[in-house]
Amino acid sequence: MGDPVAKGRVSIVVERCKACGFCVEFCPTKVLALSSAFNSKGYHPPHVVAPEKCSGCDLCGMYCPDFAIYGQRIIEPKAQNKPETAEANHAS
Amino acid sequence: MSLVSVTNPVEPFLRTDRMPHIWCPGCGIGTTVNCFSRALIESKIDLQSLALVSGIGCTGRVAGYVKLDSFHTTHGRAIPFATGLKLANPKLNVVVYSGDGDLSAIGGNHLIHAARRNIDLKVICVNNLIYAMTGGQTAPTTPGHAITSTSPYGTFEPAFNLPHLVEAAGAVYVARWTTFHVKQLARSISEAFQKKGFSFIEVISPCPTLYQRRNRLGDGLDTMKYYKEKSRVKHGAPTSEVGLTMTGEIIVGKFVDRDRPDYQSLLRGQMVESLGDHYVDPSENVCSCS
Amino acid sequence: MQADPRGVLTGTHFIDGDHACCEGALAAGARFAAGYPITPSTEVVERFASRVPTVGGSFIQMEDELAASITLQGAVWGGAKAFTVTSGPGFSLMMEHIGYAAMTETPCVFVDVQRGGPSTGLPTLPAQADMMQARWGSHGDYEIIALCPNSPQECFDLTIMAFNFAEEFRVPVMFMMDEVVGHMTEKVVIPPADQIEVVPRRHTKKSVDAYEPYATNGDGVPEIAHAGEGYKFHVTGLTHDERGYPNMTPQTQDKLIRRLQNKIRDASDRITLLEEEALDGADVIVVSYGITSRVAQRAIELARRRGLRVGKLRLITCWPFPEERIRELASSTKAFVVPELNLGQMVREVERSAGGKAKTFAVPHAGGSVHRPEDILHAIMEASR
Repeated sequence: MGDPVAKGRVSIVVERCKACGFCVEFCPTKVLALSSAFNSKGYHPPHVVAPEKCSGCDLCGMYCPDFAIYGQRIIEPKAQNKPETAEANHAS
Repeated sequence: MSLVSVTNPVEPFLRTDRMPHIWCPGCGIGTTVNCFSRALIESKIDLQSLALVSGIGCTGRVAGYVKLDSFHTTHGRAIPFATGLKLANPKLNVVVYSGDGDLSAIGGNHLIHAARRNIDLKVICVNNLIYAMTGGQTAPTTPGHAITSTSPYGTFEPAFNLPHLVEAAGAVYVARWTTFHVKQLARSISEAFQKKGFSFIEVISPCPTLYQRRNRLGDGLDTMKYYKEKSRVKHGAPTSEVGLTMTGEIIVGKFVDRDRPDYQSLLRGQMVESLGDHYVDPSENVCSCS
Repeated sequence: MQADPRGVLTGTHFIDGDHACCEGALAAGARFAAGYPITPSTEVVERFASRVPTVGGSFIQMEDELAASITLQGAVWGGAKAFTVTSGPGFSLMMEHIGYAAMTETPCVFVDVQRGGPSTGLPTLPAQADMMQARWGSHGDYEIIALCPNSPQECFDLTIMAFNFAEEFRVPVMFMMDEVVGHMTEKVVIPPADQIEVVPRRHTKKSVDAYEPYATNGDGVPEIAHAGEGYKFHVTGLTHDERGYPNMTPQTQDKLIRRLQNKIRDASDRITLLEEEALDGADVIVVSYGITSRVAQRAIELARRRGLRVGKLRLITCWPFPEERIRELASSTKAFVVPELNLGQMVREVERSAGGKAKTFAVPHAGGSVHRPEDILHAIMEASR
């Protein structure tokens, strides 16, 4: 019942985007499209058009040459009904 | 549903105070940096031990954008600089990150000798088939009949087949991907980190502003679609058969993965054999200066 | 601090300048050399290749001088004291990287055992014709330090000084030998390690967060960090700011380039080493350096026997040039005589600094052999008239 719950979420750093279109094209579930909005450099950054289809695979993040977008998985644990975010185990 | 604020996995590897970078819309260099970052995460490399050396050119600017000990050196000479770093401190993981012109034209001699010696370096060669930074001149890798600023009537020189060149010179790991193959590229870089010796990963990448535009090949996205459509993964393909043309098939994959003792093992072996106990291993006094 | 005894071949030796230079480098703490064979310099690295594996360092013969001159810089940033050795044609190839060392403030030593030029010239015969090249050979504005030994003993002693200057001022130092000094065999005394003063690398003590690779205080020389220590610094040949980041504006250029110049010029009193003899009341002062100073010594003796009042000024440091001293002496002497194994290089500096207050007589020589004492004597007598 109800709408499918998104398994992922996309974050966009609007000011870094140069509207190359890679993320839009290579998102496996076509979550994104270039918006009609402008950033301060005059580019049309992407926006999420189908959030429920986002799996959090982060292919958009891997493709983006400008480090302007990334995806992350949202995990809903079955027992507690409290979601956690899984993130890449990054060293720094 | 609560979301913990999480940064882009690539963010910790960037000098965020220098963003946005200078690369053009649709340029693939940034994409390779994402793959590099993922590989660093996957292989759990100690970032303190990592040094990145680049030359001059668009890809050479990578050194200035990554938050690592990084050296932006002279045109063509990243590899010998990296050699010096590695020999003075063998505990360093040394990556050379540079472009096709820098590594194979002015740097060609150093490329073949480092491969011959099997110096333990990981070389990421972003090949956009052109000298991009200086305005789109012919590179040794520019495919036939292309228009460039120094070949206004079309190139006619045979182009280098880089995997073939470095394999012949002695590299132990040779792979080629395009900027479309993000997962495979990250994996190749990780594999190179596990290997001792001279590793060479060529990444075919768009230069939409110069190479693609002058040759009416579309923009960055068109080029990525071309990579997707025309690439063929052929692991272990004979490198003599992986030459590139302007619009033809792109053979990608891991071509060479072999084992040869690296320079430092050979050095040590020879010295111990000749000098026995008189040999003092340099790694025993890394910093000779204080 | 004292020299590391592992690199000091204490004792009395009978060796040539090339060999003595190698021992000087080892005594100074050099544990890395990258070289390429070129007559008459090759013996320096041949000896280093033989000595360093028993001392604890590396030598690599690179594929060309372009590589050698930057491989040594990679080794410096990896923590070692490093140098290379060459002669004219190789020196020309190294110019870009001498500029890179100056711009990135990489402490290192470039040894040039000068031979007849230009081009292939006279591979086995002496000249002193790279002196201006040592100062101006790379493009752009930068300062270097250049030292000129005139004996195998000085090839040992001054090599240590070269490394010390390099570390203190974070600058590439040119060690300007010539084929005769390099190939002449003389007594060289190497003292015990505790009598050899060595300048350590100016390594930062700041924390990772506080450190800026090109920030300075006081003497205009920044503190260095090495790769692999966690500082995550950036080094570039592009015009850069205190963070080491490229910053290509006229303001940053002015600030950086002037600092690179001033850190040397402001300390020139300490850097410019001279040997002076009988300058007070001298009618003629012979200004010379390197092997020519040995011949000049004879000519000066002969002139003095003829009753002439001749002073001697030997340039141990050729760059920075002792402009002030020459200017000073020009007021009290009649003439300078400048014999060199070239068609007139350092004599231009003498003339410029003298400002017309004293005459300047060049004693040029195209190279290939050394002057005869009579040639220099003749010039001294001309100058005395």
